[in-house]
Amino acid sequence: MSSKSRSKRKPDQFDFVDKGVNDSDSSESEESVYSGLEEEPDTSEEDQEQSSNQSDNDSSDNDDDEDITLDDKSGLELSTEQRKELSTASDDELNEINDQRYTGNVKSQNRKQQKQITVKTADRPDEYDYDSSDEEDIRNTVGNIPLEWYREYPHIGYDIEGNRLLKPEKGDQLDEFLNKMDNPNYWRTVTNKMTGQNVVLSKEDLGLIQNLQSSKHPDSMAENYQSSKHPDSMAENYQPWIDFFTHEKMIHPVTNHPQHKRSFIPSKWEKLKVGQMVHALKMGWMKPTKAKTEEEEEENFYMLWKEDEESEITRRYRAHLPAPKMPLPSHAESYNPPPEYLLTKEEEEKWQNMEPEERRMNFLPQKYPSLRLVPAYKRFINERFERCLDLYLCPRKPKIRMNINPEDLIPKLPKPRDLQPFPTAQAIVYRGHSDIVRTISVDPTGQWLVSGSDDGSVRFWEVSTGRCMKSITMETGSLGNMCIRSVAWNPHPDVSLVAIAMGQTVILVNPGLGDKMVTNNTDNVLHSFSPTEEESMGKKVYADWSSIDTSDKRFENGFRLLLQHPKEVSQVTWHGRGDYFASVMPKGDSMSVLIHQLSRRRSQNPFNKSKGMVQCVLFHPVRPFLFVATQRYVRVYNLLKQELSKKLMTNCKWVSSMAVHSGGDNIIIGSYDCRLSWFDLDVSTKPYQTLRHHKRAVRAVNYHRKYPLFASASDDGTVIVCHGMVYNDLLKNPLIVPVKILKGHAISHDLGVLDCVFHPSQPWVFSCGADTTIRLFT
Amino acid sequence: MGRERRKKYEKGEATAFMSRNQAINKLQLTLADFRRLCILKGIYPHEPKHKKRVNKGSTVHKTYYLVKDINFLAHEPIINKFREFKHFVRRLKKAINKRNKDAEQRIRNNKPKYKLDHIVRERYPSFQDALGDLDDCLSMCFLFGTMPQGARVHMEYINHARKLTVEFMHYIIASKSLRKVFISIKGIYFQAEVMGQQLTWVVPHGLGYQHPDDVDYRVMQTFVEFYTTLLGFINFKLYHSINLHYPPKLELDAATPVDENEENMTEKERYQERLSALSQTLRSLDEGGGEEEVQLDEFPAVETDDPDRVEKAKVEAEKIKKLQNLFKGLKFFLNREVPRETLVFIIRSFGGDVSWHKSVAVGATYPESDESITHQIVDRPQTKNQYLSRYYVQPQWVFDCVNNTSLLPMESYFPGATLPPHLSPFVEEAEGDYVPPERQALINRQLGLQEDSGV
Repeated sequence: MSSKSRSKRKPDQFDFVDKGVNDSDSSESEESVYSGLEEEPDTSEEDQEQSSNQSDNDSSDNDDDEDITLDDKSGLELSTEQRKELSTASDDELNEINDQRYTGNVKSQNRKQQKQITVKTADRPDEYDYDSSDEEDIRNTVGNIPLEWYREYPHIGYDIEGNRLLKPEKGDQLDEFLNKMDNPNYWRTVTNKMTGQNVVLSKEDLGLIQNLQSSKHPDSMAENYQSSKHPDSMAENYQPWIDFFTHEKMIHPVTNHPQHKRSFIPSKWEKLKVGQMVHALKMGWMKPTKAKTEEEEEENFYMLWKEDEESEITRRYRAHLPAPKMPLPSHAESYNPPPEYLLTKEEEEKWQNMEPEERRMNFLPQKYPSLRLVPAYKRFINERFERCLDLYLCPRKPKIRMNINPEDLIPKLPKPRDLQPFPTAQAIVYRGHSDIVRTISVDPTGQWLVSGSDDGSVRFWEVSTGRCMKSITMETGSLGNMCIRSVAWNPHPDVSLVAIAMGQTVILVNPGLGDKMVTNNTDNVLHSFSPTEEESMGKKVYADWSSIDTSDKRFENGFRLLLQHPKEVSQVTWHGRGDYFASVMPKGDSMSVLIHQLSRRRSQNPFNKSKGMVQCVLFHPVRPFLFVATQRYVRVYNLLKQELSKKLMTNCKWVSSMAVHSGGDNIIIGSYDCRLSWFDLDVSTKPYQTLRHHKRAVRAVNYHRKYPLFASASDDGTVIVCHGMVYNDLLKNPLIVPVKILKGHAISHDLGVLDCVFHPSQPWVFSCGADTTIRLFT
Repeated sequence: MGRERRKKYEKGEATAFMSRNQAINKLQLTLADFRRLCILKGIYPHEPKHKKRVNKGSTVHKTYYLVKDINFLAHEPIINKFREFKHFVRRLKKAINKRNKDAEQRIRNNKPKYKLDHIVRERYPSFQDALGDLDDCLSMCFLFGTMPQGARVHMEYINHARKLTVEFMHYIIASKSLRKVFISIKGIYFQAEVMGQQLTWVVPHGLGYQHPDDVDYRVMQTFVEFYTTLLGFINFKLYHSINLHYPPKLELDAATPVDENEENMTEKERYQERLSALSQTLRSLDEGGGEEEVQLDEFPAVETDDPDRVEKAKVEAEKIKKLQNLFKGLKFFLNREVPRETLVFIIRSFGGDVSWHKSVAVGATYPESDESITHQIVDRPQTKNQYLSRYYVQPQWVFDCVNNTSLLPMESYFPGATLPPHLSPFVEEAEGDYVPPERQALINRQLGLQEDSGV
């Protein structure tokens, strides 16, 4: 209402407004001009209507009142339809509607007003003489406040005299329900918030609401004016077009005032401007613009690169790095790729979940049955744009790419043929023991084999036939524990002696096999020994040496010397020349390693302090070194200088066994945690290589004396033979290739193969195990 | 006595680099203008080896440019044009706001213009350099050439890019230098061999065009501005290298009558439309005899370590010649649902004749009822009233034939048939790589064919 009312309040202002100004305000104030154009029949009709609607004036609302006051000046009044609209529609809506009407379609508005609004007679009563309003909200003077504030009270506000306005009676939910069922007008009943009264919407009101909802013109009467004259009024909802500012020339001017003086005299400012231009032209500052030819606008191309011209080599040119080209598409990018390039559901999900930068492909492969179905790629412009960004924002740097063939990095493995000979198949099984065979040893000639078992017997076998040549059963009484823990054949070819560790005793046995000369020689040497007094006197005796008399029964069995130790002996090992041998007592603390000299029948304790539980010891084959393996370390002692020369870190939990290469620079260590470590003493104190081929604890390891072979025996019942080539060239690392897994031993009591020994001259390996057998693999 | 104490960061790396902000301050440009300048001049940032040393001890991330590059930019005359343009915009705004129509018109007429010829020359001193860097240029121009009209990009750029790409395609057709084609989901890839350089570009699929929101079109527009200049000069040079008019002139331009589609076009538009139809050959500079193919003389292969190198090269040349005349003597007709321009370009590049229904586009040369048509390219399951005298094939057949350098059997490409997979011709399988079975079959087939022909 606001715009309309404003325009009507000050009609004088627009008296002089030119007709050409197409403004909403102007159009309404000019009734005097339009009146001449009005059609007579319309007016009379409206007049009649007016008289009949006189009583309706009483029910007009607040807005209407305002209109009525204005009507006094403008002489206009709203029609019945309009008033109805105003009385029913809410205030906000009305404002909107009216704004639309007055700003949007001014011309049609004029026409409508001519039709609907009539000139009123001058003698109208003052509207304040009577209360024209019957609406409750006028009486309610609380103003524009939330009505919840009155929720608790029986009244809803106050009338103008200050009396309470009581809330109308409201039934409970049951009443509501009954009302809903019984009242046919229930669906069109709404509650007036201001008064709390129920209002039944009329048919016109409903039409109005429907029109608003379907965004049509709210006034359904507007549709009646379909037969409009103007072709432009296409939408039937709009009011007919009045060709007000017609092209036809009118005889009367729109305004009546005389023309101004300044329209007759030439402009002073134009004169000044022209003067300036003339001066500029005279001085040559201003030039007439040239008409542009088409060719000038077009870009001209010419031969930029002449044929015969050398390219100028500048430093900048040389330093230029062309941008790398974009990668070419692969099969996966095809519109119809082979099915194996399409992603499965899981892969697709994974692709979706990945960060865009991390994705291997920046697109999802898709298959279209036909070219016509291929849509535009959504990210095409984005990809081009990213490429543009790369071109001008990315630093470029020449990068030297290592052009390495990955195959070159893999060390060349020798062919299996080059690695031969190595044992491949089981040849002989030596049976005879009744319990676990714990230890074996081969004589230096390679003809005989000695084995020690838990049944307390030591057996001598002929290697080539598998025949048991001799069997010695130890007597339990004096010697205590019957287990044969270790046997070792004297490596010297001229001595026929076997050291047997059993319980706390080390027994030296002359087996009497092979060459008679050697056997007799050995016996003679042992007999010819005469102890020297001074030596035996002053020193502490670590082990008790006692020789067996020829008359003794045990002499027949070959027993020659007995060494009584304070603790249990777990291992005996000979020095390479056969004069010294060492025995290991793991529980002996500071005496855990003893070195015995055969020729002088003397024992020494090289260490005066225990460095842990000693697992095994070995003599260096050529130099005066002693390797002592404790649980986790291997210490290398120089026996001449009597000092520690090296300490090897095995990186394993529990060393079980150890073997030295015949060259003496490489050793292998087996451990209970399934590992086999190769140490190169010249290189490092850490393993050069660790093999983890065994499934279970490694029990024994051994080197072949001549062939580049080593073997490891394990509780998983296998013996693994590896090729271990040591080169004379110090720069060349040893070559280690596992070549054969030898199976044959059965596992019993969780024990598999307990010892393995190479034949001194042939590429054969002996193994003994918990299944009471000894096996030869050739 | 004694040397003056040397201060830190006064020589070496610290003085060789300049951060972007420093560069902008030095050149007295806005960031946008600096970007444009870098794009046009091809200047890119550099990564210093020791960032901390360059940044005077700080480790804040910055973009660095070489000081030499910035000094080089400072001498660029275009910078003045940028400043003039700024001035121009200011004046124009003022005139518009004052509603001074005269002044506005006058200012608009004096819009400062700059040319990029010298930058092209500077960036690519030799023609081979320019050809080697043409991939991005072509892809970008083809993209802009296919863009729909809209508020994001100036029409001027689109039209210009379109015109230049059409010219370029005409050159490829005339010189028969197309080698490989590939339909990918992103677009259609083409590879041509021009003067010994492999040029690869991608043309987007035309349907369902959408402008993304997260793209700065000003950057792309600056690139296109430079690329269109570059491509124009390259086209000029290429046209002259095979004795063609530049701007191109159609062989039968005057002879062709104006049909009803073209009636309400201006002369210029008609020419442009006919040119983009790609169906006519271009007029040559020297009327009459073209130059003959130069035969390679055989040299005794003494100095080369590969004795049959010449032989190999000859076989290769033979192969290429066969490829260039792959569709020679074949007459194609395109149904309206197939991508017309792509297929016309491919078929004409390999010596075939092609036409389409005249309501699809101007430049159709023969109607569908022509009995001499050998192949009709169809992308629908079935067609009504088929002609018995021709094969109906799907468009992929054309692509696969080109990539195989031979006419493939058409059974699996008939309308409605399930197509065999379309493989990328750009993949070169190294030993040990996965080779799809279809590809293996094709390789075997090729080898078998060659053996056959050898016997």
